[in-house]
Amino acid sequence: MKLFEFEAKTILAKYGIPTPNGGLATNTDQARETASKLKSPLVVKAQVLVAGRGKAGGILFAKSVDETVKAAEKILNMQIKGLPVKSVWIEEALQVKRELYFGITTDRFKQSYVAVASATGGMEIEEIAAKSPEKVIKTPIDPRQGLRSFQTRQIAKKMGYTGNQISSLGRTFEKLYAVGMDNDAELIEMNPIVETTDGGFAAADARIIIDDNALFRHQDYKKRLLEGESELTPQEKEARKNDLAYVKLDGDIGIIGNGAGLVMATLDTIQYYGGKPANFLDVGGGASSETTALALRIVLSDPNVKALFINILGGITRCDEVAKGILEAREKVGVTKPTVIRLVGTNEQEGKRILTAAGIHVLDSMEEAAQKIVQIVKEGGE
Amino acid sequence: MGIIIDKNTRAIVQNITGTQGTFHTKLMLQYGTNIVAGVTPGKGGVQIENVPVYDAVEETIKPYSPNASIIFVPAPFAADAALESLSNGIKTVVVITEHIPIKDTIDAMAYAKQVNATVIGPNTPGIITPGECKMGIMPAHVFMQGSVGLVSRSGTLTYEIAASLTRNGLGQSTCIGLGGDPITGLNFIDALKMFAKDPKTEAVVLLGEIGGNLEELTAEYIAREKYPKPVAAFIAGRSAPSGKRMGHAGAIVMGNAGTAESKIAALRKAGVGVAEKPGDLAGLLKKVMSR
Repeated sequence: MKLFEFEAKTILAKYGIPTPNGGLATNTDQARETASKLKSPLVVKAQVLVAGRGKAGGILFAKSVDETVKAAEKILNMQIKGLPVKSVWIEEALQVKRELYFGITTDRFKQSYVAVASATGGMEIEEIAAKSPEKVIKTPIDPRQGLRSFQTRQIAKKMGYTGNQISSLGRTFEKLYAVGMDNDAELIEMNPIVETTDGGFAAADARIIIDDNALFRHQDYKKRLLEGESELTPQEKEARKNDLAYVKLDGDIGIIGNGAGLVMATLDTIQYYGGKPANFLDVGGGASSETTALALRIVLSDPNVKALFINILGGITRCDEVAKGILEAREKVGVTKPTVIRLVGTNEQEGKRILTAAGIHVLDSMEEAAQKIVQIVKEGGE
Repeated sequence: MGIIIDKNTRAIVQNITGTQGTFHTKLMLQYGTNIVAGVTPGKGGVQIENVPVYDAVEETIKPYSPNASIIFVPAPFAADAALESLSNGIKTVVVITEHIPIKDTIDAMAYAKQVNATVIGPNTPGIITPGECKMGIMPAHVFMQGSVGLVSRSGTLTYEIAASLTRNGLGQSTCIGLGGDPITGLNFIDALKMFAKDPKTEAVVLLGEIGGNLEELTAEYIAREKYPKPVAAFIAGRSAPSGKRMGHAGAIVMGNAGTAESKIAALRKAGVGVAEKPGDLAGLLKKVMSR
């Protein structure tokens, strides 16, 4: 789950990491009120959960309160990557000497958290790593020790700092690690963390992604993810509440399957044969007719869907029960779109008989079924 | 033979009294897995499928000398359950549970490494050495005894591929689900090292997916070590968009990192045969085996 910049900065400030003075505004009146309490020049920043807001014009500089209000009005009327901007964060502009990068993420191979730093900040760390990998300083973190002071000083030294700045920069790294751990962040970064002209350091931008699996420890975030403004679409929220994994894509073939890997392979196979998947939907193991009905509803709520492909590999689940579940669900939802089902596993013959009798195309192999559904969509119906 | 588990495995089931624990204990027993005891805190003294249940792993050590544990404990408590087995000297731990916080997994893995134990999962279908032992939730009938080692980040896709290998007469030595989480105990390289040493294994199938760079590191390992056995692979998620999690916590392309294209290219460069679609894998494996 992604946090907004203002949420992240508020947490950082609570842990004693210097951040520019600022405030949130959702309309021009609030923008004026916030701006008049701050020291110009100011920066007005769109609060959205997608990357690339700077390039989209979602960050503007303002020399006075009036300019700030104008900038806020402009940004609040914007859409960034299709998302309306609902609030702006207004903060005092920093006197920038140098932009740096510091973040903590996970290292899958080392099975640990890793601190990543670079003396070149302000762009995506992947970009820095691609352009000049020698500038990226990686420090694995032993979970039994955490990120220690001596390690943060070494990082600051490698970034080119000397004297007192080694410890003062190091301390912001330690504090960021504490924020990350306390909030179950799977990614936390200050990008950039800025060295100011007076030799201090401040987080000019901050990003936190909370581990979705840890949200039971952070009920307030969970509530916002599922009910408030978050990176999830309404359909994705509905799916998430019911333990289904749904991702909207831009094609026209609705997909339902069981198991993440199998569903991904199904999308790939459809694409291989020239079709375009409308979504990813994993119903999980042993899906009941209620769950299947909900899955059908979610997939069909996408107006682009012209046909349905259901790919179920009944492992331990019996195929005849799966077949009955699908029929019940189709009736409940009132599915009229052409449907192709691939169903294999225990009792598959009986499962196929039930579905074929109901006029549904049932095929044995994923390849055949994918070809069939692509052909149906191309021909524009049955 | 095969790797990690075999007919000498003496397993315990953690949370044997839960719905999944009880259901799969029955199926594992039917397969012939030697389940010596179950553990559920507070339920000590009962029996599940004639398996005695204890309150703590410690109580099972003296009477049964278990050497493996399978965990069906709910996510908030699962890492603790793994640590309980590891602390009691059990060297093979299979964590079926999905949705364990990554911080908890990292803590447990650090301890597993320290005590030199093998953790499979979390978020795994488990491991099966066909004909000898099954510690997992996979449908046993799709597997057949043989000489192909299978290692995968997925569940149902593993069953799909195993079934097609079996149909094509390619039985399996051991099939391992690494798990769909970003951080897992065992990785592809660990499994490849074990399969290299296993006399029964003649070839290896890797089932990877988007997210992370473990497939790329595996390709480097295969090329560097001139891996002694033929390897074929399939990578799921070519059609996945960037920034979206495809069901598994670990299946996510971040920016340009973790794409299927990058993994496929790296593996092919290392001489691994990579199938275009799942149905092509068995044929491709036969081809690389006859080289």
